[in-house]
Amino acid sequence: MSVVTLRVNGQEVAVPAGASLLEAARAAGVELPTLCHLEGLTPVGACRLCLVAPEAGGRLLPACATEAAEGMAIRTDTEELQRYRRMAVELFFAEGNHVCAFCVANGDCELQDVAVAVGMDHSRFPYRYPHRHVDASHPQFALDHHRCILCTRCVRVCDEIEGAHVWDVAMRGSQCTIIAGLDEPWGDVEACTSCGKCVDVCPTGALFRKEDTTAEKHPHAERAELLRRAREQHQWSNQ
Amino acid sequence: MTRTVLIDPVTRIEGHAKITLHLDEGGHLVDARFHVVEYRGFEKFCEGRPFTEMAGITARICGICPVSHLLAAAKTGDKLLAVAIPPAAARLRRLLNLAQLTQSHALSFFHLSSPDFLLGWESDPAKRNVFGLMAADPDLARAGIRLRQFGQQVLELLGGRKIHSAWAVPGGVRTPLSAEAKAWILDRLPEARATVRLALDLYKRLLDGPLQREQRVFGDFPSLFLGLVGEGGRWEHIDGTIRVRASDGTIVADGLSEDDYHTFLGEAVEPWSYLKFPYYRPLGYPDGMYRVGPLARLNVCDAIGTPWADAELADLRARSGQVATSSFAYHHARLVEIVACLEAIEELVNDPELMTGRVRSRASLNRNEAVGVSEAPRGTLFHHYRVDDDGLIQKVNLIIATGQNNLAMNRTVAQIAREYITEPVGPDATIPEPLLNRVEAGIRCFDPCLSCSTHAAGQMPLRLELRAADGSLVAERCRG
Repeated sequence: MSVVTLRVNGQEVAVPAGASLLEAARAAGVELPTLCHLEGLTPVGACRLCLVAPEAGGRLLPACATEAAEGMAIRTDTEELQRYRRMAVELFFAEGNHVCAFCVANGDCELQDVAVAVGMDHSRFPYRYPHRHVDASHPQFALDHHRCILCTRCVRVCDEIEGAHVWDVAMRGSQCTIIAGLDEPWGDVEACTSCGKCVDVCPTGALFRKEDTTAEKHPHAERAELLRRAREQHQWSNQ
Repeated sequence: MTRTVLIDPVTRIEGHAKITLHLDEGGHLVDARFHVVEYRGFEKFCEGRPFTEMAGITARICGICPVSHLLAAAKTGDKLLAVAIPPAAARLRRLLNLAQLTQSHALSFFHLSSPDFLLGWESDPAKRNVFGLMAADPDLARAGIRLRQFGQQVLELLGGRKIHSAWAVPGGVRTPLSAEAKAWILDRLPEARATVRLALDLYKRLLDGPLQREQRVFGDFPSLFLGLVGEGGRWEHIDGTIRVRASDGTIVADGLSEDDYHTFLGEAVEPWSYLKFPYYRPLGYPDGMYRVGPLARLNVCDAIGTPWADAELADLRARSGQVATSSFAYHHARLVEIVACLEAIEELVNDPELMTGRVRSRASLNRNEAVGVSEAPRGTLFHHYRVDDDGLIQKVNLIIATGQNNLAMNRTVAQIAREYITEPVGPDATIPEPLLNRVEAGIRCFDPCLSCSTHAAGQMPLRLELRAADGSLVAERCRG
């Protein structure tokens, strides 16, 4: 296995060729905040929380979606990066309708966790209070668009792990939204196997079990990686 | 020229309000009004939300009595699921409400109202509060605060937090009571009982002495009383059926179901207040004025069902009548209810059913419309939801205790003002503060929670307006 060597915050690390900058940072003992990234799913670099700065200058790079290269040198903790990360989280809160007080995910929410991690105590941006809706047409689950941050974990887990591809992304800009099937009520989409993987990996309270009340959602984001590895390594078969 | 005297904000209540005293051209008092000046809009913004969130959302209406909304919402949720909750869950919910009544009544009596009785109506307003009470009688203040803390701690032992727990859910509750929590409650009960004994002895001495006039003029008038009663007409706070009793003791209606509330309750609105004016529909508006809350619960019930509380109820009735009509008796009723709560808590924690079996029934949505009811510290609370087939809220109606006392609160304020403003008030005259305080205290009898009733942050500060006959503001006095 070939190896690439690079520097993270001045510290030399060696990672397998093909590893991401996020993996390199972790190898150097640096934890970067992430929201869209999830082990087991293809990285998309949507949330911009894991941005890192090349020491050579130039544009900032999403660590989850950038391959580590030989001789690279990156910094993960500059003042600029910290400012941008906090700004990105503030924009998530300002963009949707996130009311932790009665959210199903309160206390077990990755958006809450990163807000704490980046030191956000309020949003400097005016809240948009967009008009969104709740799709509760599925018999077991519901999607509350108010709480969706468009991380697309649901889209990827349904496509890459379950193979049903119920979810997709429609529209652009502020109208951008997750859709089920051909923009149908979730309960009408025959492709849905009701496996619940999308609920398990959703980082906020956007996807939840209908019986869950305030603070009762306990996601299992680790299942995506568990299933991918099990499938690749044939852990559950005789082959 | 007529004037209006403005008391804005009203202090030591929960929420924001003002009182206006209307004077005619001769300076005589012609009317007094209690205005609620905050608006919250919960009924509207709950639309579109899953009904399973309603307990969590509506508990946020109030920091004093979130439990009342939590229970009413959970009970409405039970009906939408069409399930019977497990027996242990029913008992645990009762325990929660008893703790809630205890802590809220302790707050009303010790923190908010007792400074008037114990420090005096004429005392310095800057010190006429719980801090003044601490300075004047630290032992009593400490005991009162610890009594409230007892109730709050029971809420935390059950729901995981003192305020805004979401522990009661459609179908039951989330977790059982632990053995440690049960032991803690039993350990602290004797101190709580001693405190309410102390408060009752003190308060009765005041009733026999300096508070005699207040009992007579603080909202003493005939009205209907409405509240839940249990089996055999016993005092009830969460289950049971609705009874309406008139001042002469007649039971006007009995065995009413909350499901039919729209047949016997109407809601009027007035342009000068955000607080609605519910009335007993068969008598129309405003003749259908009724009172709810601790005094109403004691007036509608036949007995409480525990020995000390029944003895105190008999004493209250001996002093204030078989049906107590003075709003001032709300204070006494609160203390009697604390006794009833402490006795009921002791019975419940020793009930073997409390600690056994399931605490939550699971089901999907089975009905599209339901009404839930609970007795909040301030009175009967109705939650009415209509949901679509996916369980999303289409319509919400919340009928809050304080709203139901609105007509009576206005009448109380007017009666007190008439009693104490007997001379014409000249155009340049000011109204002395102790008088304003008595007018405010008329409102405090009801321990109103305006944050709930207008579906606030902060305390209730007081504004008094003096208005001319044409409605223009001549003078105002603010404090708080």
